[in-house]
Amino acid sequence: MNPLNAFIAFILAIVSSMLIDNVVLSRFYGICPFLGVSKKVKSSLGMGIAVVFVIVMASLICYPLFELLKLAKIEFMDTVAYILVIASLVQLVGLFIKKFSPSLYKSLGIYLPLITTNCAVLGVVQSNTDQGLTFLMSLANAIGTSVGFLIIIVVFSCIRARLETANTPKAFKGLPIALITAALMALALMGLQGLFSGIQL
Amino acid sequence: MAREKGFTKKNFLKGIIAENPLFVSILGTCPALATTKSLEAAIGMGLLFTFVLICSSVLVSLLRKIISEEIRTPAYIVIIATFVTIVKMFSNAFLPELYSTLGVFISLIVVNCIVLGRAEAYASKNGVFDSFIDALGMGVGYTLAIILMAFFRELLGTGGFTIGAVFPIVKEPLTLQIIPEDYAISMFQMPAGAFIVFGIILAVLAFIKNRKEELKAAQARAEKIRKAEEAKKAAAAAQAKATVEGGNK
Repeated sequence: MNPLNAFIAFILAIVSSMLIDNVVLSRFYGICPFLGVSKKVKSSLGMGIAVVFVIVMASLICYPLFELLKLAKIEFMDTVAYILVIASLVQLVGLFIKKFSPSLYKSLGIYLPLITTNCAVLGVVQSNTDQGLTFLMSLANAIGTSVGFLIIIVVFSCIRARLETANTPKAFKGLPIALITAALMALALMGLQGLFSGIQL
Repeated sequence: MAREKGFTKKNFLKGIIAENPLFVSILGTCPALATTKSLEAAIGMGLLFTFVLICSSVLVSLLRKIISEEIRTPAYIVIIATFVTIVKMFSNAFLPELYSTLGVFISLIVVNCIVLGRAEAYASKNGVFDSFIDALGMGVGYTLAIILMAFFRELLGTGGFTIGAVFPIVKEPLTLQIIPEDYAISMFQMPAGAFIVFGIILAVLAFIKNRKEELKAAQARAEKIRKAEEAKKAAAAAQAKATVEGGNK
């Protein structure tokens, strides 16, 4: 494959995992923070940025790690290894941000430990190696997925802020109407399916 | 430790109704939305999940005096990940259809907040037997909840239920058609349908809860009015008595 085609494939993979196969609305990773941390636009932005950081770092580290596990013939230990990498990475990122940008740490502080149990992180890393993607494609998947998460959680928090004042039936107040909104967003994103089907590489 | 009668039963039942992990605490939503396309997949997911939950709760409870406070979360995660790996290898070997249907969501049991939450909130503070019962109740509650969601999604999405596609109980997958296929709404099989079903179930539960509270409030109000009337009547009677007595004098 020549460099230009590889580059186009890279960009297409990012866009498709960002919008068409969106992490929250069609692959169902990271629903917990999606519903839990989306009440305020500011906090959802902080959570989204922290998740982008951790997902990209985690998939950069876990790709060579899986090759090592393969060399040692203990591939079945992948989940245990990944979760340890993610947990320590989250700690490390926390320490790093605390040292260099105390103000960012203050705004992200409470969301950092939550990222360990965000299934988007483990889900991306695990599906990268399960599908046997190349290093470049794993990176594209990680960037696309995490940016897709950021976009969706910010958009969703804006809609929820508006819904707070909307005149919804009493039983639907809060989470139920948020879920119905998510369903409508998922339907809207389905319209993008097949966007790249005409492009031949 | 003195314990009230029926504690074990209450401990078990709270996971199913009062503290249902999915519908009341809203935990573990990712697999609940992703694996409820068919009834069988949901049952499989529930069974694997319950197994991991029970094993890790019991082990955490056994080790609760050994694991020190500072490193407890990483230690719990390693324990959970170990059981998830066991479940993954077991299902890959004996139930390959289930393994391929659930896919990455078997690995994702590791980061299911319910497992870590029960380890942290219950098993690390209570004895082995209580932790076992608590985990069993939570596991059964979660399984019933995702079965309920899968029931509606498969019935409305395909018009019937397929038996034998995931569990090798019959040779050929058997389809039980309830609604004619032409009337099935395939949207319920898609991601959007999962959100809608989950939202509507939550709304119905909220409606029932509101209704109960209203009834209770109405009852309390009626009781108050009755009491006030009784007090009034008693006061009137006392006054009448006083007047009669005064007249007699």
